[in-house]
Amino acid sequence: MNRISAVASNTFREAVRDRVLYNLIFFALLLVGAALLFGQISIGIQRIVLINLGLTAISIFGVVIAIFIGIGLVSKEMEKKTLYTILSRPVRRWEFIVGKFGGLAWTLVVNTFFMAVGFFAALLFLAHRFERADGWLLVAIYFIILEFVVVTALALLFSTFSSPVLSAVLALALFVIGTFAEDLRAFAAMSQGATRALATLAAYVVPNFASLNVISSVAHGQPIAASLILYNTVYSLLYAGAAVCGAILVFEYRNLK
Amino acid sequence: MPAIETVQLEKSYTVGFWRKRRVAGLKPLNLSVESGEVFGYLGPNGAGKTTTLKLLMGLIFPTGGSARILGMEIADPRMKSLIGFLPEQPYFYDYLTASELLEYYAQLSGVSGRERTPRVRQALALVGMTESARTQLRKLSKGMLQRVGIAQAILHDPKVVFLDEPMSGLDPLGRREVRDLIQTLKDEGKTVFFSTHILSDAEALCDRVAILHKGELHGVGAVEDLTARTESKVEILFHGLEAITLLSALGAECHATGETVRAVIAESRQDAALDTLRQQGARLISLTPVRATLEDYFIERLGEKVEAGR
Repeated sequence: MNRISAVASNTFREAVRDRVLYNLIFFALLLVGAALLFGQISIGIQRIVLINLGLTAISIFGVVIAIFIGIGLVSKEMEKKTLYTILSRPVRRWEFIVGKFGGLAWTLVVNTFFMAVGFFAALLFLAHRFERADGWLLVAIYFIILEFVVVTALALLFSTFSSPVLSAVLALALFVIGTFAEDLRAFAAMSQGATRALATLAAYVVPNFASLNVISSVAHGQPIAASLILYNTVYSLLYAGAAVCGAILVFEYRNLK
Repeated sequence: MPAIETVQLEKSYTVGFWRKRRVAGLKPLNLSVESGEVFGYLGPNGAGKTTTLKLLMGLIFPTGGSARILGMEIADPRMKSLIGFLPEQPYFYDYLTASELLEYYAQLSGVSGRERTPRVRQALALVGMTESARTQLRKLSKGMLQRVGIAQAILHDPKVVFLDEPMSGLDPLGRREVRDLIQTLKDEGKTVFFSTHILSDAEALCDRVAILHKGELHGVGAVEDLTARTESKVEILFHGLEAITLLSALGAECHATGETVRAVIAESRQDAALDTLRQQGARLISLTPVRATLEDYFIERLGEKVEAGR
């Protein structure tokens, strides 16, 4: 456990000392600020516009951070040979992978916290007070964090066997497809024969990010069912867990260059 | 019990895209290094030294054979806390300072929280890096990074230390310090296994050496034993440029500086060379036996293999 936490805190420290991260957070907060302006020209629906744009900005920039840091988690360590001095110590390969995953996931939680503070500050600036329904915004942010956890696990998995560029393409492609997972399921239901089988398989294999996106609902003050919170939590943790296990399996048998 | 033991340890790679073929990175290697030895692993670039070290560190997996360190299998994590490793041209997390890096490695090596800071200070002091302890690694020179690399290898007080080209990138003073450090490790009873292609370093430090070429072991033994196997030579200094052609025909290596000629020739041809000098009327200045070096052995053995391979 000590070794896992050491790898995780070093991953966190690496991300925190990376300027790119601050640029991305800055742009996310800028977008939240811009949402205020959009709100000004959207008479009567300022709140809805701010919540939609603000939470979408947090989600997109978080996913970008998860992918662009995640794809280098293992491949960069192999490329730069920093792994030589790690794996020649009593560190098991699976401990390294779990530590790396934990470190980046924690980085994203901290980032999301700061971006959420910016978002709520903008909301308070616009509405001058919080409403009871704003509590559901926290659930939407929690789902965004679950989304990051899944994306991080996928980026980590790709990072163990492919180049950073290919990993980025694969992770981004899965994110986009996963965002339309519900449409894919609807398409599968309408199709027939081999197309139906393939579309059903794809719909269940790709991560269901559509289910994690409740931004539109919370923007309109609609409550989120407790069953959905439970379902999304279990689903995301299982999906991320499977991806991390896949990463461990690949990495256990890899010869380092 | 040997500190390091390999039995038929082997690594081969598949190369080619369409027509795949196997290439041996390391041919079956049987090697035994005793506890407390300084063992030199020598060979030209591409000989398979780093491949062997990567196999022993568990960074790559063997395609055959096995290896044990301190009686434990190389995959055993308990063994890893008893060894230290400096890779060739090490690269570290450059956003960390030297002391942060060592703290991290100490934690990974299982050094307790209380012991960690004193150990880090001690390791940095040992490699002369105390003043740069709080400097980010990206601001350090190559030589300083090599020192940090050595510090991380000995930080946790390992029993066996593996150093891959430890003198690489160091200035003469730094090389001298590393030599002294290896000697200190030996005095502390540690086993040091180091690879190098700089033979004078091995000659000065090693109890025994192994010579590797194209993935194959070409000899193991004490430096004196190996050099004793090479043909003895003598150095003849004389005046008389006209004798050079005839001495060269006898197999001497001749170099003239003004009137003075320096010829190095096999001891078995010494009499013939002196006869030639006498006949040519050359003036003998001195005749000195030349001590065979590891380099002579190295060139002789590897030269033979190259000739045999033609």
